[in-house]
Amino acid sequence: MKDRAEWSYAFPRTVPVMVGYLFLGTAYGILMNVNGFGIGWTAAASLLVYAGSLQYLGVTMLASAVNPVTALFMSLMLNARHLFYGISMLGKYGEVKKKKPYLIFGLTDETFSVVCNERPPKQLDQDKVYFWVTAMDQCYWVAGSLLGAVAGNFITFDTTGLDFALTALFVVIFVDQWKQREGHMPALLGVGASVLCLVLFGADSFIIPAMIVIFAVLGARYQKERSRRTEQETGQKASRETGKETGQKAGREKEEAV
Amino acid sequence: MSQETMRSVLIVAAMVLGTLITRFLPFLVFPAGKKTPAFVDYLGRTLPYATMGLLVVYCLKGVDLAGPSHGLPEILAVAAVALLHRLKGNSLLSIGAGTVFYMILVQMVFAG
Repeated sequence: MKDRAEWSYAFPRTVPVMVGYLFLGTAYGILMNVNGFGIGWTAAASLLVYAGSLQYLGVTMLASAVNPVTALFMSLMLNARHLFYGISMLGKYGEVKKKKPYLIFGLTDETFSVVCNERPPKQLDQDKVYFWVTAMDQCYWVAGSLLGAVAGNFITFDTTGLDFALTALFVVIFVDQWKQREGHMPALLGVGASVLCLVLFGADSFIIPAMIVIFAVLGARYQKERSRRTEQETGQKASRETGKETGQKAGREKEEAV
Repeated sequence: MSQETMRSVLIVAAMVLGTLITRFLPFLVFPAGKKTPAFVDYLGRTLPYATMGLLVVYCLKGVDLAGPSHGLPEILAVAAVALLHRLKGNSLLSIGAGTVFYMILVQMVFAG
Protein backbone atom coordinates (compact mmCIF):
# COMPACT_ATOMS: atom_id res chain seq x y z
CA MET A 1 0.00 0.00 0.00
CA LYS A 2 1.10 3.54 -0.76
CA ASP A 3 2.02 5.62 2.32
CA ARG A 4 2.38 2.40 4.30
CA ALA A 5 5.10 3.77 6.59
CA GLU A 6 3.12 6.92 7.36
CA TRP A 7 -0.08 4.95 7.78
CA SER A 8 1.38 2.52 10.28
CA TYR A 9 3.08 5.32 12.16
CA ALA A 10 -0.17 7.29 12.42
CA PHE A 11 -2.53 4.49 13.42
CA PRO A 12 -1.31 3.67 16.97
CA ARG A 13 -1.36 7.38 17.79
CA THR A 14 -5.06 7.55 16.99
CA VAL A 15 -6.16 4.56 19.08
CA PRO A 16 -7.24 6.63 22.12
CA VAL A 17 -9.26 8.84 19.77
CA MET A 18 -10.78 5.71 18.20
CA VAL A 19 -12.12 4.53 21.56
CA GLY A 20 -13.58 7.92 22.42
CA TYR A 21 -15.02 8.65 18.96
CA LEU A 22 -16.64 5.26 18.50
CA PHE A 23 -18.33 5.64 21.88
CA LEU A 24 -19.38 9.28 21.56
CA GLY A 25 -20.19 8.88 17.86
CA THR A 26 -22.51 5.97 18.55
CA ALA A 27 -24.25 7.90 21.31
CA TYR A 28 -24.63 10.80 18.87
CA GLY A 29 -26.21 8.61 16.19
CA ILE A 30 -28.64 7.17 18.73
CA LEU A 31 -29.57 10.63 20.03
CA MET A 32 -30.22 11.92 16.51
CA ASN A 33 -32.30 8.87 15.76
CA VAL A 34 -34.51 9.07 18.85
CA ASN A 35 -35.07 12.77 18.11
CA GLY A 36 -36.38 11.90 14.66
CA PHE A 37 -33.26 12.56 12.56
CA GLY A 38 -32.24 9.42 10.69
CA ILE A 39 -29.06 8.13 9.16
CA GLY A 40 -28.95 10.70 6.33
CA TRP A 41 -28.91 13.64 8.74
CA THR A 42 -26.36 11.94 10.97
CA ALA A 43 -24.07 11.12 8.05
CA ALA A 44 -24.31 14.65 6.66
CA ALA A 45 -23.50 16.20 10.04
CA SER A 46 -20.58 13.89 10.82
CA LEU A 47 -19.06 14.34 7.35
CA LEU A 48 -19.66 18.06 6.89
CA VAL A 49 -19.83 19.62 10.36
CA TYR A 50 -17.44 17.20 12.05
CA ALA A 51 -17.33 18.88 15.45
CA GLY A 52 -18.36 16.59 18.31
CA SER A 53 -19.77 18.86 20.97
CA LEU A 54 -21.39 21.13 18.37
CA GLN A 55 -23.14 18.16 16.79
CA TYR A 56 -24.46 17.13 20.21
CA LEU A 57 -25.72 20.65 20.72
CA GLY A 58 -27.09 20.42 17.17
CA VAL A 59 -29.44 17.62 18.23
CA THR A 60 -31.08 20.04 20.65
CA MET A 61 -31.07 22.85 18.09
CA LEU A 62 -32.61 20.64 15.39
CA ALA A 63 -35.18 19.16 17.76
CA SER A 64 -36.32 22.61 18.88
CA ALA A 65 -35.95 24.11 15.35
CA VAL A 66 -34.00 27.16 16.51
CA ASN A 67 -33.45 30.17 14.30
CA PRO A 68 -30.51 29.37 11.94
CA VAL A 69 -28.87 32.67 12.90
CA THR A 70 -28.89 31.57 16.55
CA ALA A 71 -27.45 28.23 15.39
CA LEU A 72 -24.63 30.08 13.62
CA PHE A 73 -23.78 32.15 16.71
CA MET A 74 -23.90 29.06 18.92
CA SER A 75 -21.53 27.32 16.50
CA LEU A 76 -19.13 30.24 16.52
CA MET A 77 -19.14 30.48 20.32
CA LEU A 78 -18.80 26.77 20.96
CA ASN A 79 -16.10 26.43 18.31
CA ALA A 80 -14.22 29.59 19.26
CA ARG A 81 -11.61 27.39 20.89
CA HIS A 82 -10.71 26.11 17.40
CA LEU A 83 -9.39 29.57 16.61
CA PHE A 84 -6.70 28.95 19.15
CA TYR A 85 -5.93 25.46 17.96
CA GLY A 86 -5.48 27.03 14.54
CA ILE A 87 -3.24 29.75 15.91
CA SER A 88 -1.04 27.16 17.65
CA MET A 89 -0.86 25.07 14.47
CA LEU A 90 0.09 27.99 12.19
CA GLY A 91 3.73 27.02 12.24
CA LYS A 92 3.20 23.30 11.73
CA TYR A 93 0.50 23.43 9.08
CA GLY A 94 1.82 26.61 7.49
CA GLU A 95 4.27 24.70 5.31
CA VAL A 96 2.02 21.77 4.40
CA LYS A 97 1.61 21.65 0.65
CA LYS A 98 -0.96 19.01 -0.18
CA LYS A 99 -4.35 18.50 1.46
CA LYS A 100 -3.89 21.49 3.76
CA PRO A 101 -7.59 22.49 3.59
CA TYR A 102 -8.59 19.02 4.79
CA LEU A 103 -6.10 19.14 7.69
CA ILE A 104 -7.60 22.46 8.78
CA PHE A 105 -11.18 21.26 8.27
CA GLY A 106 -10.52 18.19 10.41
CA LEU A 107 -8.76 19.94 13.29
CA THR A 108 -11.07 18.75 16.08
CA ASP A 109 -10.15 18.84 19.79
CA GLU A 110 -8.98 15.23 19.65
CA THR A 111 -7.03 15.50 16.39
CA PHE A 112 -5.40 18.66 17.69
CA SER A 113 -4.40 16.85 20.88
CA VAL A 114 -2.65 14.18 18.76
CA VAL A 115 -0.94 16.40 16.17
CA CYS A 116 0.06 19.34 18.34
CA ASN A 117 2.84 17.45 20.10
CA GLU A 118 3.64 15.12 17.21
CA ARG A 119 7.09 15.13 15.68
CA PRO A 120 7.19 12.38 13.05
CA PRO A 121 10.66 10.93 12.34
CA LYS A 122 12.57 12.57 9.51
CA GLN A 123 12.35 9.65 7.09
CA LEU A 124 8.54 9.93 7.01
CA ASP A 125 6.53 12.42 4.99
CA GLN A 126 5.17 14.69 7.73
CA ASP A 127 2.25 15.96 5.68
CA LYS A 128 1.08 12.40 5.08
CA VAL A 129 1.31 11.52 8.78
CA TYR A 130 -0.88 14.53 9.64
CA PHE A 131 -3.25 13.59 6.85
CA TRP A 132 -3.64 10.01 8.04
CA VAL A 133 -4.17 11.00 11.66
CA THR A 134 -6.87 13.46 10.57
CA ALA A 135 -8.54 11.05 8.14
CA MET A 136 -8.52 8.10 10.55
CA ASP A 137 -10.03 10.21 13.30
CA GLN A 138 -12.86 11.32 11.05
CA CYS A 139 -13.44 7.72 9.97
CA TYR A 140 -13.90 6.68 13.60
CA TRP A 141 -16.34 9.51 14.18
CA VAL A 142 -18.38 8.79 11.05
CA ALA A 143 -18.33 5.02 11.69
CA GLY A 144 -19.47 5.50 15.29
CA SER A 145 -22.28 7.86 14.40
CA LEU A 146 -23.56 5.62 11.56
CA LEU A 147 -23.45 2.66 13.91
CA GLY A 148 -25.54 4.66 16.39
CA ALA A 149 -27.96 5.80 13.69
CA VAL A 150 -28.62 2.17 12.76
CA ALA A 151 -28.64 0.92 16.36
CA GLY A 152 -31.21 3.60 17.20
CA ASN A 153 -33.79 1.69 15.15
CA PHE A 154 -33.45 -1.37 17.34
CA ILE A 155 -33.71 0.39 20.67
CA THR A 156 -36.70 -0.88 22.58
CA PHE A 157 -36.04 0.60 26.00
CA ASP A 158 -37.36 3.96 27.15
CA THR A 159 -34.87 6.63 26.04
CA THR A 160 -36.37 9.44 28.12
CA GLY A 161 -33.48 11.35 29.64
CA LEU A 162 -30.86 10.14 27.14
CA ASP A 163 -30.41 13.76 26.04
CA PHE A 164 -28.75 14.37 29.38
CA ALA A 165 -25.55 13.02 27.76
CA LEU A 166 -25.06 16.50 26.27
CA THR A 167 -25.44 18.23 29.63
CA ALA A 168 -23.05 15.69 31.15
CA LEU A 169 -20.51 16.34 28.39
CA PHE A 170 -20.50 20.07 29.06
CA VAL A 171 -20.39 19.58 32.84
CA VAL A 172 -17.35 17.32 32.37
CA ILE A 173 -15.55 19.90 30.25
CA PHE A 174 -16.54 22.59 32.77
CA VAL A 175 -15.06 20.55 35.65
CA ASP A 176 -11.86 19.91 33.65
CA GLN A 177 -11.52 23.61 32.92
CA TRP A 178 -12.18 24.52 36.55
CA LYS A 179 -8.82 22.98 37.46
CA GLN A 180 -7.21 25.98 35.75
CA ARG A 181 -7.40 28.77 38.28
CA GLU A 182 -7.32 31.57 35.73
CA GLY A 183 -10.51 30.10 34.28
CA HIS A 184 -12.65 30.72 37.35
CA MET A 185 -13.64 34.29 36.51
CA PRO A 186 -14.72 33.60 32.89
CA ALA A 187 -16.42 30.34 33.90
CA LEU A 188 -18.47 32.12 36.56
CA LEU A 189 -19.14 34.95 34.12
CA GLY A 190 -20.47 32.42 31.60
CA VAL A 191 -22.83 30.89 34.14
CA GLY A 192 -23.83 34.21 35.72
CA ALA A 193 -24.50 36.12 32.49
CA SER A 194 -26.51 33.19 31.12
CA VAL A 195 -28.66 32.76 34.22
CA LEU A 196 -29.27 36.51 34.35
CA CYS A 197 -30.32 36.66 30.69
CA LEU A 198 -32.37 33.48 31.06
CA VAL A 199 -34.39 35.18 33.82
CA LEU A 200 -34.68 38.44 31.88
CA PHE A 201 -35.33 37.18 28.33
CA GLY A 202 -36.73 33.68 28.82
CA ALA A 203 -35.53 30.28 27.60
CA ASP A 204 -36.10 30.94 23.89
CA SER A 205 -34.14 34.14 23.46
CA PHE A 206 -31.47 34.43 26.14
CA ILE A 207 -28.50 33.10 24.16
CA ILE A 208 -27.58 36.15 22.10
CA PRO A 209 -28.02 38.67 24.95
CA ALA A 210 -25.90 36.37 27.14
CA MET A 211 -23.17 36.30 24.47
CA ILE A 212 -23.22 40.10 24.28
CA VAL A 213 -22.90 40.41 28.07
CA ILE A 214 -20.01 37.92 28.09
CA PHE A 215 -18.15 39.79 25.35
CA ALA A 216 -18.78 43.15 27.00
CA VAL A 217 -17.51 41.99 30.40
CA LEU A 218 -14.47 40.24 28.89
CA GLY A 219 -13.70 43.36 26.86
CA ALA A 220 -13.96 45.53 29.98
CA ARG A 221 -11.75 43.12 31.96
CA TYR A 222 -9.19 43.18 29.17
CA GLN A 223 -9.09 46.97 29.15
CA LYS A 224 -8.76 46.99 32.93
CA GLU A 225 -5.93 44.45 32.96
CA ARG A 226 -4.11 46.37 30.27
CA SER A 227 -4.36 49.71 32.04
CA ARG A 228 -3.31 48.02 35.29
CA ARG A 229 -0.23 46.66 33.58
CA THR A 230 0.62 50.08 32.19
CA GLU A 231 0.11 51.64 35.61
CA GLN A 232 2.26 48.99 37.24
CA GLU A 233 5.01 49.88 34.83
CA THR A 234 4.58 53.56 35.63
CA GLY A 235 4.40 52.67 39.33
CA GLN A 236 7.64 50.74 39.08
CA LYS A 237 9.28 53.67 37.41
CA ALA A 238 8.00 55.96 40.14
CA SER A 239 9.26 53.66 42.87
CA ARG A 240 12.70 53.69 41.37
CA GLU A 241 12.64 57.45 41.43
CA THR A 242 11.01 58.20 44.78
CA GLY A 243 11.87 55.18 46.89
CA LYS A 244 10.25 51.77 46.83
CA GLU A 245 7.53 51.86 49.46
CA THR A 246 5.64 54.95 48.41
CA GLY A 247 5.69 53.88 44.78
CA GLN A 248 4.27 50.44 45.51
CA LYS A 249 1.62 51.93 47.76
CA ALA A 250 0.60 54.35 45.07
CA GLY A 251 0.50 51.49 42.58
CA ARG A 252 -1.76 49.47 44.86
CA GLU A 253 -4.10 52.38 45.40
CA LYS A 254 -4.30 52.96 41.69
CA GLU A 255 -5.07 49.28 41.14
CA GLU A 256 -7.95 49.44 43.56
CA ALA A 257 -9.24 52.59 41.96
CA VAL A 258 -9.55 51.09 38.47
CA MET B 1 -39.18 20.35 0.77
CA SER B 2 -41.33 21.02 3.79
CA GLN B 3 -40.71 24.10 5.86
CA GLU B 4 -39.54 21.95 8.75
CA THR B 5 -36.97 20.12 6.61
CA MET B 6 -35.83 23.43 5.16
CA ARG B 7 -35.21 24.79 8.64
CA SER B 8 -33.24 21.68 9.63
CA VAL B 9 -31.10 22.02 6.49
CA LEU B 10 -30.43 25.66 7.35
CA ILE B 11 -29.47 24.76 10.93
CA VAL B 12 -27.00 22.13 9.70
CA ALA B 13 -25.66 24.62 7.12
CA ALA B 14 -25.19 27.20 9.89
CA MET B 15 -23.24 24.63 11.91
CA VAL B 16 -21.05 23.83 8.89
CA LEU B 17 -20.42 27.52 8.24
CA GLY B 18 -19.68 28.29 11.91
CA THR B 19 -17.21 25.42 12.10
CA LEU B 20 -15.48 26.32 8.83
CA ILE B 21 -15.09 29.94 9.98
CA THR B 22 -13.54 29.03 13.34
CA ARG B 23 -11.20 26.45 11.83
CA PHE B 24 -10.00 28.40 8.78
CA LEU B 25 -9.94 31.95 10.10
CA PRO B 26 -6.57 31.74 11.89
CA PHE B 27 -4.87 30.45 8.74
CA LEU B 28 -6.42 33.22 6.65
CA VAL B 29 -5.88 36.10 9.07
CA PHE B 30 -2.53 35.19 10.58
CA PRO B 31 -0.14 33.87 7.95
CA ALA B 32 2.70 31.98 9.64
CA GLY B 33 4.99 34.18 11.68
CA LYS B 34 2.61 37.10 12.18
CA LYS B 35 1.92 37.95 15.83
CA THR B 36 -1.68 37.65 17.02
CA PRO B 37 -3.24 40.76 18.60
CA ALA B 38 -3.23 40.85 22.41
CA PHE B 39 -7.02 40.98 22.67
CA VAL B 40 -7.34 37.84 20.54
CA ASP B 41 -4.90 36.10 22.88
CA TYR B 42 -6.94 37.28 25.84
CA LEU B 43 -10.16 35.95 24.32
CA GLY B 44 -8.37 32.68 23.64
CA ARG B 45 -7.54 32.35 27.30
CA THR B 46 -10.98 33.31 28.63
CA LEU B 47 -13.72 32.61 26.08
CA PRO B 48 -13.56 28.78 26.25
CA TYR B 49 -14.37 28.91 29.98
CA ALA B 50 -17.22 31.39 29.61
CA THR B 51 -18.67 29.40 26.71
CA MET B 52 -18.81 26.20 28.72
CA GLY B 53 -20.67 28.03 31.51
CA LEU B 54 -23.13 29.34 28.92
CA LEU B 55 -23.63 25.86 27.46
CA VAL B 56 -24.29 24.22 30.82
CA VAL B 57 -27.01 26.82 31.42
CA TYR B 58 -28.31 26.34 27.86
CA CYS B 59 -28.72 22.60 28.45
CA LEU B 60 -30.62 23.23 31.67
CA LYS B 61 -32.78 26.10 30.40
CA GLY B 62 -35.89 23.95 30.24
CA VAL B 63 -35.75 22.96 33.91
CA ASP B 64 -38.80 24.20 35.79
CA LEU B 65 -37.91 24.82 39.42
CA ALA B 66 -41.59 25.33 40.24
CA GLY B 67 -42.61 22.11 38.47
CA PRO B 68 -43.51 18.79 40.13
CA SER B 69 -39.91 17.59 40.53
CA HIS B 70 -38.49 21.08 41.31
CA GLY B 71 -35.50 20.40 39.07
CA LEU B 72 -34.19 17.78 41.48
CA PRO B 73 -33.27 15.16 38.82
CA GLU B 74 -31.14 17.73 36.99
CA ILE B 75 -29.54 19.09 40.18
CA LEU B 76 -28.73 15.58 41.45
CA ALA B 77 -27.43 14.32 38.11
CA VAL B 78 -25.25 17.40 37.45
CA ALA B 79 -23.82 17.08 40.97
CA ALA B 80 -23.19 13.36 40.40
CA VAL B 81 -21.38 13.99 37.09
CA ALA B 82 -19.25 16.75 38.62
CA LEU B 83 -18.38 14.68 41.69
CA LEU B 84 -17.61 11.52 39.71
CA HIS B 85 -15.46 13.50 37.32
CA ARG B 86 -13.54 15.15 40.14
CA LEU B 87 -12.88 11.76 41.74
CA LYS B 88 -12.15 9.59 38.69
CA GLY B 89 -11.40 12.09 35.93
CA ASN B 90 -12.64 9.68 33.26
CA SER B 91 -14.84 11.60 30.79
CA LEU B 92 -16.59 8.61 29.25
CA LEU B 93 -17.37 7.14 32.67
CA SER B 94 -18.70 10.45 34.00
CA ILE B 95 -20.91 11.03 30.95
CA GLY B 96 -22.12 7.41 30.74
CA ALA B 97 -22.85 6.89 34.43
CA GLY B 98 -24.33 10.38 34.81
CA THR B 99 -26.72 9.83 31.90
CA VAL B 100 -27.86 6.43 33.19
CA PHE B 101 -28.36 7.95 36.65
CA TYR B 102 -30.44 10.76 35.17
CA MET B 103 -32.53 8.32 33.12
CA ILE B 104 -33.26 6.28 36.24
CA LEU B 105 -34.24 9.45 38.10
CA VAL B 106 -36.67 10.75 35.46
CA GLN B 107 -38.10 7.37 34.50
CA MET B 108 -38.49 5.75 37.92
CA VAL B 109 -37.87 8.01 40.88
CA PHE B 110 -39.55 11.20 39.68
CA ALA B 111 -41.88 9.63 37.13
CA GLY B 112 -45.00 11.79 37.06
